[in-house]
Amino acid sequence: MDMSLSPEEWSVIGLSLKVSLVAMAAMLPFAFALAWILARWRFPGKLLLDAFVHLPLVVPPVVTGWLLLILFGANGPIGGWLERWFGITLLFRWTGAALAAAIMAMPLMVRAMRLSIEAIDARLEQAAATLGASRTRIFLSVSLPLSLPGILAGSMLGFARSIGEFGATITFVSDIPGETRTLPIAIYAALQRPGAEAMVSRFAIISILLSLGALLVSELLARRVSHHGL
Amino acid sequence: MAFDIAVRHRLGEREIALTCRSDARLIALIGPSGVGKTSILNMVAGLLTPDEGHIAVEGETLFDRASGVNLPPAQRHAGYLFQDLRLFPHMRVQANLLYGRRPGGALALADVLSFLGIGHLLHRLPATLSGGEAQRVAIGRALLSAPRFLLMDEPLSGLDRARRDEILPVIERLRDEMALPILYVTHDIREAERLADRIIDMSVDQAEW
Repeated sequence: MDMSLSPEEWSVIGLSLKVSLVAMAAMLPFAFALAWILARWRFPGKLLLDAFVHLPLVVPPVVTGWLLLILFGANGPIGGWLERWFGITLLFRWTGAALAAAIMAMPLMVRAMRLSIEAIDARLEQAAATLGASRTRIFLSVSLPLSLPGILAGSMLGFARSIGEFGATITFVSDIPGETRTLPIAIYAALQRPGAEAMVSRFAIISILLSLGALLVSELLARRVSHHGL
Repeated sequence: MAFDIAVRHRLGEREIALTCRSDARLIALIGPSGVGKTSILNMVAGLLTPDEGHIAVEGETLFDRASGVNLPPAQRHAGYLFQDLRLFPHMRVQANLLYGRRPGGALALADVLSFLGIGHLLHRLPATLSGGEAQRVAIGRALLSAPRFLLMDEPLSGLDRARRDEILPVIERLRDEMALPILYVTHDIREAERLADRIIDMSVDQAEW
Protein backbone atom coordinates (compact mmCIF):
# COMPACT_ATOMS: atom_id res chain seq x y z
CA MET A 1 0.00 0.00 0.00
CA ASP A 2 1.19 3.53 -0.79
CA MET A 3 1.80 5.35 2.51
CA SER A 4 2.90 8.66 0.96
CA LEU A 5 0.55 11.43 2.04
CA SER A 6 -0.82 14.32 0.01
CA PRO A 7 -0.63 17.89 1.41
CA GLU A 8 -4.37 17.66 2.11
CA GLU A 9 -3.86 14.51 4.16
CA TRP A 10 -0.99 16.08 6.08
CA SER A 11 -3.23 19.01 6.96
CA VAL A 12 -5.85 16.60 8.35
CA ILE A 13 -3.22 14.99 10.58
CA GLY A 14 -1.83 18.35 11.65
CA LEU A 15 -5.31 19.61 12.48
CA SER A 16 -6.11 16.45 14.48
CA LEU A 17 -2.92 16.83 16.54
CA LYS A 18 -3.58 20.54 17.11
CA VAL A 19 -7.20 19.96 18.16
CA SER A 20 -6.27 17.08 20.49
CA LEU A 21 -3.31 18.82 22.11
CA VAL A 22 -5.32 22.00 22.74
CA ALA A 23 -8.25 19.95 24.06
CA MET A 24 -5.94 18.07 26.45
CA ALA A 25 -4.10 21.18 27.64
CA ALA A 26 -7.27 23.22 28.12
CA MET A 27 -9.05 20.44 30.01
CA LEU A 28 -6.03 19.61 32.21
CA PRO A 29 -6.55 22.23 34.97
CA PHE A 30 -10.31 21.67 35.07
CA ALA A 31 -9.96 17.90 35.14
CA PHE A 32 -7.37 18.13 37.93
CA ALA A 33 -9.56 20.48 39.97
CA LEU A 34 -12.57 18.17 39.54
CA ALA A 35 -10.46 15.11 40.40
CA TRP A 36 -9.13 16.86 43.52
CA ILE A 37 -12.62 17.90 44.63
CA LEU A 38 -14.03 14.40 44.05
CA ALA A 39 -11.09 12.72 45.80
CA ARG A 40 -10.69 15.04 48.80
CA TRP A 41 -13.78 17.08 49.52
CA ARG A 42 -16.93 15.99 51.27
CA PHE A 43 -20.07 17.94 50.48
CA PRO A 44 -23.73 17.29 49.79
CA GLY A 45 -24.33 16.76 46.09
CA LYS A 46 -20.94 15.17 45.50
CA LEU A 47 -22.62 12.17 43.90
CA LEU A 48 -24.38 14.52 41.52
CA LEU A 49 -21.11 16.19 40.50
CA ASP A 50 -19.56 12.75 40.01
CA ALA A 51 -22.45 11.73 37.76
CA PHE A 52 -22.25 15.01 35.84
CA VAL A 53 -18.52 14.51 35.17
CA HIS A 54 -19.21 11.02 33.82
CA LEU A 55 -22.14 12.12 31.65
CA PRO A 56 -20.17 12.45 28.37
CA LEU A 57 -19.07 8.83 28.81
CA VAL A 58 -22.62 7.45 28.73
CA VAL A 59 -24.73 9.98 26.84
CA PRO A 60 -24.79 9.47 23.03
CA PRO A 61 -22.04 11.75 21.62
CA VAL A 62 -24.52 13.31 19.23
CA VAL A 63 -26.49 14.53 22.25
CA THR A 64 -23.36 16.07 23.77
CA GLY A 65 -22.71 17.79 20.42
CA TRP A 66 -26.29 19.06 20.31
CA LEU A 67 -26.00 20.44 23.86
CA LEU A 68 -22.78 22.23 22.87
CA LEU A 69 -24.61 23.64 19.86
CA ILE A 70 -27.32 25.04 22.11
CA LEU A 71 -24.91 26.42 24.73
CA PHE A 72 -22.16 27.73 22.45
CA GLY A 73 -24.15 28.61 19.31
CA ALA A 74 -24.32 32.28 18.26
CA ASN A 75 -27.56 32.73 20.23
CA GLY A 76 -26.67 30.32 23.04
CA PRO A 77 -26.16 31.57 26.61
CA ILE A 78 -22.39 31.01 26.57
CA GLY A 79 -21.80 31.40 22.84
CA GLY A 80 -23.67 34.73 22.66
CA TRP A 81 -21.76 36.03 25.66
CA LEU A 82 -18.36 34.99 24.21
CA GLU A 83 -19.29 36.64 20.91
CA ARG A 84 -20.44 39.91 22.47
CA TRP A 85 -17.63 40.39 24.96
CA PHE A 86 -14.65 38.77 23.30
CA GLY A 87 -15.65 38.37 19.67
CA ILE A 88 -14.96 34.65 20.00
CA THR A 89 -16.96 32.12 17.96
CA LEU A 90 -16.51 28.41 18.52
CA LEU A 91 -19.16 27.18 16.11
CA PHE A 92 -17.71 25.69 12.89
CA ARG A 93 -14.16 26.50 14.09
CA TRP A 94 -11.29 24.22 15.08
CA THR A 95 -11.53 25.70 18.58
CA GLY A 96 -15.07 24.29 18.74
CA ALA A 97 -13.69 20.90 17.72
CA ALA A 98 -11.18 21.21 20.58
CA LEU A 99 -14.00 22.07 23.01
CA ALA A 100 -16.02 19.03 21.92
CA ALA A 101 -12.95 16.78 22.24
CA ALA A 102 -12.13 18.22 25.68
CA ILE A 103 -15.66 17.60 26.99
CA MET A 104 -15.61 14.04 25.66
CA ALA A 105 -12.16 13.42 27.19
CA MET A 106 -13.08 14.89 30.59
CA PRO A 107 -14.47 11.73 32.27
CA LEU A 108 -11.40 9.65 31.39
CA MET A 109 -8.98 12.36 32.50
CA VAL A 110 -10.80 12.96 35.78
CA ARG A 111 -10.96 9.23 36.56
CA ALA A 112 -7.25 8.64 36.07
CA MET A 113 -6.27 11.75 38.04
CA ARG A 114 -8.70 10.99 40.84
CA LEU A 115 -7.19 7.54 41.34
CA SER A 116 -3.70 8.99 41.63
CA ILE A 117 -4.86 11.67 44.09
CA GLU A 118 -6.62 9.06 46.22
CA ALA A 119 -3.39 7.05 46.22
CA ILE A 120 -1.39 9.89 47.83
CA ASP A 121 -0.32 8.82 51.32
CA ALA A 122 -2.04 11.35 53.62
CA ARG A 123 0.47 10.43 56.34
CA LEU A 124 3.20 12.12 54.29
CA GLU A 125 1.10 15.30 54.13
CA GLN A 126 0.70 15.13 57.93
CA ALA A 127 4.47 14.75 58.32
CA ALA A 128 4.97 17.85 56.15
CA ALA A 129 2.52 19.76 58.36
CA THR A 130 4.39 18.87 61.57
CA LEU A 131 7.56 20.14 59.86
CA GLY A 132 5.95 23.56 59.54
CA ALA A 133 4.81 23.48 55.90
CA SER A 134 1.79 25.57 54.89
CA ARG A 135 -1.10 23.97 53.02
CA THR A 136 0.08 25.50 49.76
CA ARG A 137 3.60 24.20 50.28
CA ILE A 138 2.34 20.73 51.20
CA PHE A 139 0.29 20.70 48.00
CA LEU A 140 3.17 21.86 45.79
CA SER A 141 5.96 19.83 47.40
CA VAL A 142 4.20 16.59 48.39
CA SER A 143 0.71 16.07 46.95
CA LEU A 144 1.34 17.36 43.42
CA PRO A 145 4.66 15.55 42.76
CA LEU A 146 3.27 12.29 44.16
CA SER A 147 0.21 12.44 41.89
CA LEU A 148 2.13 13.69 38.85
CA PRO A 149 2.43 10.32 37.05
CA GLY A 150 -1.35 9.91 37.33
CA ILE A 151 -1.94 13.44 36.06
CA LEU A 152 0.26 12.75 33.02
CA ALA A 153 -1.35 9.35 32.45
CA GLY A 154 -4.80 10.96 32.55
CA SER A 155 -3.67 13.63 30.12
CA MET A 156 -2.35 11.09 27.62
CA LEU A 157 -5.60 9.15 27.90
CA GLY A 158 -7.48 12.37 27.20
CA PHE A 159 -5.26 12.99 24.16
CA ALA A 160 -5.93 9.50 22.82
CA ARG A 161 -9.66 9.98 23.34
CA SER A 162 -9.52 13.35 21.57
CA ILE A 163 -7.79 11.87 18.50
CA GLY A 164 -10.76 9.51 18.10
CA GLU A 165 -13.52 12.03 18.81
CA PHE A 166 -16.22 12.00 16.11
CA GLY A 167 -19.90 12.25 17.12
CA ALA A 168 -19.99 15.38 19.28
CA THR A 169 -17.52 17.11 16.98
CA ILE A 170 -19.42 16.59 13.70
CA THR A 171 -22.68 17.60 15.41
CA PHE A 172 -21.22 20.76 16.92
CA VAL A 173 -18.78 22.06 14.28
CA SER A 174 -19.70 20.00 11.21
CA ASP A 175 -17.17 18.84 8.57
CA ILE A 176 -15.22 21.79 7.21
CA PRO A 177 -11.98 20.83 5.39
CA GLY A 178 -8.96 22.54 6.91
CA GLU A 179 -10.97 23.83 9.91
CA THR A 180 -12.84 20.97 11.60
CA ARG A 181 -12.06 17.92 9.41
CA THR A 182 -10.09 15.84 11.91
CA LEU A 183 -8.95 12.24 11.27
CA PRO A 184 -12.19 10.39 12.11
CA ILE A 185 -14.28 12.95 10.20
CA ALA A 186 -11.93 12.73 7.21
CA ILE A 187 -12.24 8.94 7.27
CA TYR A 188 -16.03 9.20 7.36
CA ALA A 189 -16.01 11.72 4.49
CA ALA A 190 -13.67 9.56 2.42
CA LEU A 191 -15.91 6.54 2.96
CA GLN A 192 -18.73 8.45 1.26
CA ARG A 193 -16.59 8.98 -1.87
CA PRO A 194 -15.93 6.19 -4.38
CA GLY A 195 -12.23 5.56 -5.03
CA ALA A 196 -10.87 6.92 -1.75
CA GLU A 197 -10.21 3.49 -0.20
CA ALA A 198 -6.44 3.99 -0.09
CA MET A 199 -6.89 7.28 1.74
CA VAL A 200 -9.20 5.59 4.27
CA SER A 201 -6.59 2.90 4.94
CA ARG A 202 -3.81 5.43 5.41
CA PHE A 203 -5.89 7.51 7.82
CA ALA A 204 -7.03 4.43 9.70
CA ILE A 205 -3.45 3.21 10.19
CA ILE A 206 -2.31 6.65 11.37
CA SER A 207 -5.26 6.90 13.81
CA ILE A 208 -4.45 3.52 15.27
CA LEU A 209 -0.75 4.36 15.64
CA LEU A 210 -1.44 7.72 17.30
CA SER A 211 -3.99 6.34 19.74
CA LEU A 212 -1.89 3.28 20.50
CA GLY A 213 1.17 5.43 21.19
CA ALA A 214 -0.73 7.74 23.54
CA LEU A 215 -2.32 4.77 25.30
CA LEU A 216 1.05 3.05 25.77
CA VAL A 217 2.59 6.18 27.26
CA SER A 218 -0.42 6.55 29.55
CA GLU A 219 -0.16 2.90 30.64
CA LEU A 220 3.59 3.19 31.35
CA LEU A 221 2.98 6.28 33.48
CA ALA A 222 0.15 4.59 35.37
CA ARG A 223 2.44 1.65 36.09
CA ARG A 224 5.05 3.98 37.50
CA VAL A 225 2.44 5.05 40.04
CA SER A 226 1.68 1.51 41.19
CA HIS A 227 5.36 0.46 41.24
CA HIS A 228 6.27 3.32 43.51
CA GLY A 229 3.37 2.36 45.72
CA LEU A 230 2.44 6.01 45.94
CA MET B 1 6.86 22.54 83.10
CA ALA B 2 8.12 20.45 80.16
CA PHE B 3 4.87 18.67 79.47
CA ASP B 4 1.52 19.64 80.96
CA ILE B 5 -1.04 17.36 79.37
CA ALA B 6 -4.54 16.38 80.44
CA VAL B 7 -6.65 15.03 77.61
CA ARG B 8 -9.53 12.71 76.98
CA HIS B 9 -10.64 11.47 73.58
CA ARG B 10 -13.15 8.94 72.29
CA LEU B 11 -12.01 6.97 69.26
CA GLY B 12 -14.81 4.59 68.26
CA GLU B 13 -15.28 2.26 71.22
CA ARG B 14 -12.04 3.25 72.90
CA GLU B 15 -11.54 5.93 75.50
CA ILE B 16 -8.05 7.43 75.40
CA ALA B 17 -6.97 9.50 78.40
CA LEU B 18 -3.73 10.84 79.79
CA THR B 19 -2.76 13.09 82.66
CA CYS B 20 0.86 14.14 82.81
CA ARG B 21 2.52 17.12 84.46
CA SER B 22 6.23 16.66 84.57
CA ASP B 23 9.58 18.36 84.18
CA ALA B 24 11.31 15.13 83.23
CA ARG B 25 13.55 15.44 80.17
CA LEU B 26 12.30 12.18 78.74
CA ILE B 27 8.87 10.84 79.59
CA ALA B 28 8.07 7.34 78.39
CA LEU B 29 4.47 6.36 77.64
CA ILE B 30 4.08 2.62 77.95
CA GLY B 31 1.18 0.22 77.71
CA PRO B 32 -0.11 -2.54 75.42
CA SER B 33 -0.95 -1.76 71.81
CA GLY B 34 -4.38 -0.21 71.37
CA VAL B 35 -4.20 1.81 74.57
CA GLY B 36 -3.76 5.02 72.54
CA LYS B 37 -0.07 5.89 72.89
CA THR B 38 0.30 7.05 69.30
CA SER B 39 -3.00 8.95 69.52
CA ILE B 40 -1.53 10.96 72.41
CA LEU B 41 1.49 11.91 70.28
CA ASN B 42 -0.87 12.89 67.45
CA MET B 43 -2.82 15.10 69.85
CA VAL B 44 0.34 16.84 71.03
CA ALA B 45 1.46 17.29 67.39
CA GLY B 46 -1.94 18.69 66.41
CA LEU B 47 -2.89 15.87 64.04
CA LEU B 48 -5.76 14.74 66.28
CA THR B 49 -8.02 17.06 68.26
CA PRO B 50 -8.91 15.80 71.77
CA ASP B 51 -12.52 15.91 72.92
CA GLU B 52 -11.54 17.54 76.20
CA GLY B 53 -8.53 18.88 78.04
CA HIS B 54 -5.42 20.95 77.49
CA ILE B 55 -1.88 20.50 76.20
CA ALA B 56 1.02 22.81 77.04
CA VAL B 57 4.71 22.25 76.37
CA GLU B 58 7.48 24.37 77.92
CA GLY B 59 4.86 26.85 79.08
CA GLU B 60 3.25 27.34 75.65
CA THR B 61 -0.39 26.30 75.33
CA LEU B 62 -0.88 24.25 72.16
CA PHE B 63 -4.44 23.18 72.85
CA ASP B 64 -7.05 24.21 75.37
CA ARG B 65 -10.67 23.25 74.89
CA ALA B 66 -11.88 25.69 77.54
CA SER B 67 -10.32 28.79 75.96
CA GLY B 68 -10.62 27.55 72.37
CA VAL B 69 -6.88 27.41 71.65
CA ASN B 70 -5.92 24.86 68.99
CA LEU B 71 -2.68 25.61 67.14
CA PRO B 72 -2.36 23.96 63.71
CA PRO B 73 0.44 21.34 63.42
CA ALA B 74 2.66 23.71 61.43
CA GLN B 75 2.77 26.19 64.34
CA ARG B 76 3.47 23.71 67.14
CA HIS B 77 7.16 23.23 66.38
CA ALA B 78 7.05 19.54 67.22
CA GLY B 79 9.87 17.30 66.11
CA TYR B 80 7.77 14.22 65.41
CA LEU B 81 9.60 10.96 64.73
CA PHE B 82 6.84 8.77 63.30
CA GLN B 83 6.92 5.03 63.82
CA ASP B 84 6.65 4.60 60.03
CA LEU B 85 9.22 7.42 59.54
CA ARG B 86 7.32 9.03 56.63
CA LEU B 87 10.36 10.17 54.70
CA PHE B 88 9.26 11.81 51.45
CA PRO B 89 9.85 9.05 48.86
CA HIS B 90 10.33 11.43 45.92
CA MET B 91 13.02 13.56 47.59
CA ARG B 92 16.65 12.74 48.20
CA VAL B 93 17.95 12.58 51.77
CA GLN B 94 19.24 16.16 51.61
CA ALA B 95 15.84 17.56 50.56
CA ASN B 96 14.16 15.46 53.26
CA LEU B 97 16.53 16.79 55.91
CA LEU B 98 16.06 20.42 54.89
CA TYR B 99 12.29 20.22 54.33
CA GLY B 100 11.33 21.72 57.70
CA ARG B 101 14.33 23.99 58.17
CA ARG B 102 13.31 27.20 59.90
CA PRO B 103 15.28 30.39 60.21
CA GLY B 104 16.73 30.62 63.69
CA GLY B 105 17.16 26.90 64.12
CA ALA B 106 19.97 26.23 66.57
CA LEU B 107 21.39 23.39 64.51
CA ALA B 108 23.27 23.60 61.23
CA LEU B 109 23.01 20.83 58.67
CA ALA B 110 26.70 19.99 59.17
CA ASP B 111 26.18 19.52 62.92
CA VAL B 112 23.25 17.18 62.40
CA LEU B 113 25.10 15.20 59.72
CA SER B 114 28.06 14.56 61.99
CA PHE B 115 25.88 14.00 65.08
CA LEU B 116 23.93 11.28 63.25
CA GLY B 117 26.68 10.06 60.94
CA ILE B 118 24.60 10.43 57.78
CA GLY B 119 26.78 12.77 55.70
CA HIS B 120 27.42 10.06 53.10
CA LEU B 121 23.69 9.51 52.46
CA LEU B 122 22.74 12.99 51.21
CA HIS B 123 22.15 12.07 47.57
CA ARG B 124 20.32 8.79 48.15
CA LEU B 125 16.56 8.24 47.84
CA PRO B 126 14.77 6.97 50.98
CA ALA B 127 13.87 3.65 49.29
CA THR B 128 17.59 2.77 49.08
CA LEU B 129 18.31 3.29 52.80
CA SER B 130 18.61 0.56 55.42
CA GLY B 131 16.26 0.64 58.42
CA GLY B 132 18.84 2.23 60.71
CA GLU B 133 19.90 4.78 58.10
CA ALA B 134 16.30 5.80 57.41
CA GLN B 135 15.70 6.12 61.16
CA ARG B 136 18.67 8.47 61.54
CA VAL B 137 17.57 10.56 58.54
CA ALA B 138 14.09 10.88 60.06
CA ILE B 139 15.65 12.02 63.37
CA GLY B 140 17.79 14.52 61.46
CA ARG B 141 14.77 15.89 59.60
CA ALA B 142 12.93 16.42 62.89
CA LEU B 143 15.95 18.10 64.55
CA LEU B 144 16.55 20.50 61.65
CA SER B 145 12.98 21.83 61.87
CA ALA B 146 14.07 23.71 65.03
CA PRO B 147 11.64 21.82 67.27
CA ARG B 148 10.75 22.95 70.79
CA PHE B 149 10.16 19.34 71.84
CA LEU B 150 10.41 15.83 70.39
CA LEU B 151 7.76 13.16 69.96
CA MET B 152 9.19 9.69 69.35
CA ASP B 153 6.94 6.79 68.42
CA GLU B 154 8.61 3.42 69.06
CA PRO B 155 11.85 4.43 67.35
CA LEU B 156 13.48 1.06 68.07
CA SER B 157 10.64 -1.32 67.32
CA GLY B 158 11.29 -1.97 63.63
CA LEU B 159 15.01 -2.55 64.04
CA ASP B 160 17.12 -5.65 64.60
CA ARG B 161 19.47 -5.93 67.57
CA ALA B 162 22.49 -4.38 65.84
CA ARG B 163 20.48 -1.40 64.57
CA ARG B 164 18.96 -0.87 68.03
CA ASP B 165 22.44 -0.66 69.52
CA GLU B 166 23.18 1.93 66.83
CA ILE B 167 20.12 4.15 67.52
CA LEU B 168 19.90 3.88 71.34
CA PRO B 169 23.04 5.96 72.01
CA VAL B 170 21.74 8.57 69.54
CA ILE B 171 18.56 8.93 71.59
CA GLU B 172 20.54 9.11 74.84
CA ARG B 173 22.69 11.88 73.40
CA LEU B 174 19.58 13.71 72.15
CA ARG B 175 18.18 13.56 75.68
CA ASP B 176 21.41 14.70 77.36
CA GLU B 177 22.79 17.25 74.88
CA MET B 178 19.87 18.89 73.06
CA ALA B 179 17.90 20.17 76.07
CA LEU B 180 14.62 19.31 74.32
CA PRO B 181 11.84 17.64 76.28
CA ILE B 182 10.98 14.26 74.76
CA LEU B 183 7.71 12.34 74.86
CA TYR B 184 8.65 8.77 74.04
CA VAL B 185 6.29 5.92 73.19
CA THR B 186 7.31 2.30 73.64
CA HIS B 187 5.78 -1.01 74.67
CA ASP B 188 9.13 -2.26 75.98
CA ILE B 189 9.46 -1.61 79.73
CA ARG B 190 13.23 -2.24 79.71
CA GLU B 191 13.73 0.33 76.97
CA ALA B 192 11.62 2.80 78.98
CA GLU B 193 13.61 2.11 82.16
CA ARG B 194 16.90 2.64 80.38
CA LEU B 195 15.91 5.95 78.74
CA ALA B 196 13.21 7.67 80.76
CA ASP B 197 13.26 9.93 83.81
CA ARG B 198 9.56 9.28 84.22
CA ILE B 199 7.40 6.38 83.04
CA ILE B 200 3.65 6.62 82.58
CA ASP B 201 1.69 3.40 82.14
CA MET B 202 -1.34 4.24 80.03
CA SER B 203 -3.12 0.99 80.84
CA VAL B 204 -3.52 2.32 84.40
CA ASP B 205 -6.57 4.55 84.81
CA GLN B 206 -5.72 8.09 83.75
CA ALA B 207 -9.05 9.72 84.37
CA GLU B 208 -8.51 11.59 87.67
CA TRP B 209 -8.25 15.14 86.42
